[in-house]
Amino acid sequence: MDSYFSILLTEVYKILFLLVPVLVSVAMIVWLDRRVWAFVQKRRGPNVVGPFGLLQSLADALKYIFKEIIIPASSNKLVFVLAPVVTMTLALISWAVIPFGEDFVLADINVGILYLFAVSSLGVYGIIMGGWASNSKYPFLGAIRSAAQMVSYEVSIGVIIINVLLCVGSLNLSDIVLAQQNLWFIIPLFPMFVIFFISALAETNRPPFDLPEAEAELVAGYQTEYSGMMYAMFWLGEYANILLMCAMGSVLFLGGWLSPIDIFPFNVIPGPFWLIFKILFLFILFALVKATVPRYRYDQLMKLGWKIFLPFSLFYVVLTSSFLLYFDLLPGK
Amino acid sequence: MIAHTVFFYIFSLIAIVSAVMVTVSKNTVHSVFFLILDFISISCLFIMIGAEFLGMIMLIVYVGAVAVLFLFVVMMLNVAEQKGQWFSSRWDGGTHIPVGLLVSLIIFFELIIVIGGWKYKPDLLNSLSINISTEVTNTRSIGNVLYTDYIFLFQISGMILLVAMIGAIVLTYRERAGVKKQSYVKQISRERDEGVDLVEAERNKGVKIDA
Repeated sequence: MDSYFSILLTEVYKILFLLVPVLVSVAMIVWLDRRVWAFVQKRRGPNVVGPFGLLQSLADALKYIFKEIIIPASSNKLVFVLAPVVTMTLALISWAVIPFGEDFVLADINVGILYLFAVSSLGVYGIIMGGWASNSKYPFLGAIRSAAQMVSYEVSIGVIIINVLLCVGSLNLSDIVLAQQNLWFIIPLFPMFVIFFISALAETNRPPFDLPEAEAELVAGYQTEYSGMMYAMFWLGEYANILLMCAMGSVLFLGGWLSPIDIFPFNVIPGPFWLIFKILFLFILFALVKATVPRYRYDQLMKLGWKIFLPFSLFYVVLTSSFLLYFDLLPGK
Repeated sequence: MIAHTVFFYIFSLIAIVSAVMVTVSKNTVHSVFFLILDFISISCLFIMIGAEFLGMIMLIVYVGAVAVLFLFVVMMLNVAEQKGQWFSSRWDGGTHIPVGLLVSLIIFFELIIVIGGWKYKPDLLNSLSINISTEVTNTRSIGNVLYTDYIFLFQISGMILLVAMIGAIVLTYRERAGVKKQSYVKQISRERDEGVDLVEAERNKGVKIDA
């Protein structure tokens, strides 16, 4: 019994060691997002609270905590309360499998990439539950839009993952990173990286695909009826998901914790820092897209997902597998 | 091993309770949510017996895609509240009980056959033609049989799904008149000559453009 307890304690310690930095970096990333956005538009952005405005997100969080939580009278109360919890939980549990270095991962499971994919496909439930339980028109329409959008773009992300898996021969995320020691997958699979990036934008409801919360049409989409800490949880979950998509992109295409070139000044920097640099790089790309691109129309969004991305990535699967077969490069024989 | 047993009972309890709640709860949207909970706990059970690939596929396919569609249909049909009309939701006021009973009886007998197989042939798993090795990950071993021994069955099931999909599309598709469609090719390949017209406008009369 004592050994169980100690195992439990070490695991809880590890989980805290992972989740607290993730939550803090989510807060920081919100600030970074707003700053990048402001700089592109020649504004200053949040620069008052703390040095460079770094503490802005903490101030916002404090404000949300002290705001009243309003639960609409005609809402389905249990589901209404559960929805932000689901969003937040799903956004956080997926961090368990992200490898920050060799043997530096909370759960090194065999089907890591499938786990990530499964959890991100569950993410749609937080939004549907929130939209339905609000019992109001705008949230419901926003939720329906969001569900359709996320389901469509998941398909193309799945096919892109198949491309990477063909080159690796394993579903384990550490194996995926180690397979990129000689060549990052962004080089042979560059078109897939571009499609992955765009699909990740759509999957996380980021501009230009932020139709579920298009404020001119739907107020704030599924978040309309939420207030106080529950709204903040949706918001934290959303940004944690964005960070996760960046982490997934770095693991799948940018060589995870590996340094770009294996020579002196680069390979002394420990792996986790490289992963963090890559995540930040992808996130700044996300922020730049948000600052520069106008919103898509809904039918264009669906057309892009189903009629362009899906056939193209399927074609690329055929191309990749024939290439690997012809040059006898298939892994795991 | 104790922890394993405890978790097994927790997940099975959740699975059974939520399965009952799917049929019992009056709100159909709640039913779908319970169905999702059921799928999730069953995939947890799959993971616990070491079939992590099946568990994850269960999550991705059933929870991530099928249940979303269920939820869509249930929400759109607006059948959320069906007060006091259990088992009698047919359009003519009849009941679904006979059909339901028949289906559950068939499933019950199927279960008896499967479990009977285990009971009267204890080494059923060993006597199968597939040899299960513990060294290979189950993803790889599933792939090894699925794409070699069972490739035709696999392809045929894919074909059946494709045909079903096409059938559904054909049944629900209808041509709608007066829908404006955007054609990228047409938009991009537009030349100046088609887009711009020079017109002599007569004074106090103007020109009619939407001819």
